[in-house]
Amino acid sequence: MADTGVATSRDSQTVALATERTFSWRSFFWQWEWILAGVLLAVIAVNTAISPFFLNVGTFIRTPATFLDKGFIVFPMMMVIILGKIDISVASTVALSSVLMAVSYNAGVPMPLAMVLCLLVGTLCGAINGLLLVAFKELSFVIVTLATMIIYRGIAFIILGDQASGGLPSWYSELGWGDVLGVPVMVIAFIAVAVAFGFLLHRTTFGRTVFGIGHNEVACRYSGVDVDRVTFAVFLLNGLMAAVTALFLTSRTGSTRPNIAQGYELEVIAMVVLGGVSTSGGTGRIGGPILAVFIIGFLSYGMGLANIQAPIVLVVIGSLLILSVLVNRLRLTRGRSTTGKDRPYSVADQAEKP
Amino acid sequence: MGASIDTRIDRTVVRRRSIGGQARRDLGLALFIAVLAIAVQLRNPAFLTLDNLNSLLTNTAILAILAVGMMLVLVTRGIDLSVGSILAFCGMVTALAVARWPGLPPVTALVLGTAIGTALGMVSGVLVSRFDVLPVIATLGMMNVVRGLTYVVSGGRWVSSYQMSDGFKAIATGRTLNLNNLVVIAIVVYLVAFWFVNHTRTGRRIYAVGSNPQAAAVSGLAPGRLVFSVYAIAGGLAGLGGVLWVARFASAQGNTAVGYELQVIAACILGGVSITGGVGRLSGLILGTLLLGMLANALPLIDVSPFWQMGIQGAVVLTAVITNVLVRRNNDAAVRKSRRI
Repeated sequence: MADTGVATSRDSQTVALATERTFSWRSFFWQWEWILAGVLLAVIAVNTAISPFFLNVGTFIRTPATFLDKGFIVFPMMMVIILGKIDISVASTVALSSVLMAVSYNAGVPMPLAMVLCLLVGTLCGAINGLLLVAFKELSFVIVTLATMIIYRGIAFIILGDQASGGLPSWYSELGWGDVLGVPVMVIAFIAVAVAFGFLLHRTTFGRTVFGIGHNEVACRYSGVDVDRVTFAVFLLNGLMAAVTALFLTSRTGSTRPNIAQGYELEVIAMVVLGGVSTSGGTGRIGGPILAVFIIGFLSYGMGLANIQAPIVLVVIGSLLILSVLVNRLRLTRGRSTTGKDRPYSVADQAEKP
Repeated sequence: MGASIDTRIDRTVVRRRSIGGQARRDLGLALFIAVLAIAVQLRNPAFLTLDNLNSLLTNTAILAILAVGMMLVLVTRGIDLSVGSILAFCGMVTALAVARWPGLPPVTALVLGTAIGTALGMVSGVLVSRFDVLPVIATLGMMNVVRGLTYVVSGGRWVSSYQMSDGFKAIATGRTLNLNNLVVIAIVVYLVAFWFVNHTRTGRRIYAVGSNPQAAAVSGLAPGRLVFSVYAIAGGLAGLGGVLWVARFASAQGNTAVGYELQVIAACILGGVSITGGVGRLSGLILGTLLLGMLANALPLIDVSPFWQMGIQGAVVLTAVITNVLVRRNNDAAVRKSRRI
């Protein structure tokens, strides 16, 4: 059974590759990533117009450290969305693992151990999400991650109340503020994580199965793919990377509160969707979300430079999320028949079906 | 193919039987509420006093009103994360209007809030029904856009008690038939909703679409339009709730009701509304809202720190959904056994 599964996924892989390899200049230039790159350049140009100091090499390399912390969750969240699901509990996972790390350090646990604890807590949070989804398939991912979103942040509030926990060792702040040969540690870590996830998603069987499940879960199950295990692993990774975000974020802020990282789920999901990953699952390439991280990051940074208030940034990012879903839909369904899964409420499509 | 037909038959059977099951569920929930009330009463005799019960009902009224809209959305297999923000925005706009024109009649304020809420709900409705955006994504986006707009229209300032006319504040302090106006409004909303859900074609069709969108479309219903109207209703009720909220607490702030959508969804789930669509009854909803309202009211009375409230609510929600699943699995197994499949 397992053998046939592998064979089938290999077959589909070769088919997919064959269609990808037929090169045409038109499709080459019509890639979403080019548009994103153009938008990114435009954002950088506007930022430069606002502040002449922006386009100086030192500033330019340092700026990403102000927004890259949430970039770490973008990669596993991309996998979650490719699976056709969404995880809205990540911001709460960040808060809980950050709070537990700071509190345990202040209770006498050595910092390196507290950091490991942070990663473990995040992984556990992700694993609980995955476990609940696999064990209770009747439940939708929305309700499971919504419930854990309340619970995780709720636990953080139980631990700290309205207090903050800080006083972390000074070497720890190097994680968020330090640099190696002028390049911030966070940027180096981001590149390493991006390469690792790019490899995982596009060059391994695991990655292909993630796409496969997003395309057609039932077919994958019948061809012997262990759908449950892959789903569990993806959600676990999401928790782990949320904890990595917690490490960097706490290092930058220097102390933590239960309401830390509020609204991160919106930004992360917006980055993934803007990156061209369809919320109906099965499609997406790693380059898009990476560009989107920088677009949204530089955009909010630039709005900060222009003295635009945070609430308006919220409006912009929220609109950007909705807008990019709409554009994605148009882009991905152009000239292709839509499936019932994509358009659950459309009358015309339902009528076409036998 | 054969397998899928089988399960579908199973489900209809279970659903027909589960009308009895639903009533039993309501009864169980009511018993649980009673036991909880007695337990709290033993710890703190101030709980079951007329004064406290009145404030409990008044505080729960807004939650109950929003829960009706959320139930309809959940019945169509959607979810609306934007109600908390819509509540805040409509409350803020109404408060600003009242502060600007002190002579504004309270009824006009209520209509204004409801209208703005409906308009905002319509935006989510169009996104979900016309452009097929996932409900979570569309309403997550709206939640943040509308929250940001709340700060923008107010310029980051609060509207406080002294800026509001007495007539406006009387919406929440006045009494009709010895019941607080908020409770009366909630009762009216429930009566209308009961009529709408059980005795109008549109109401029944919403359930039809929720339990099986394909079948509903094939039988000539317009699922898109129904889904759209459901989000508009949820937005309108959130707008109404916003006006009531501002009148009740006599202040409108940018961060009013942050995270309130979670409580509303929790009330629905506790009330037995199924996330997979098609199932949800107002009687259950009332009990679910009461239970949540009671938790919020009783925890401070028995010396539980308010910081526990969020965690407890989350745990209650998770337990409720998992229990729902286990009960349904049990029912399915019983049906299969009785039919010897």
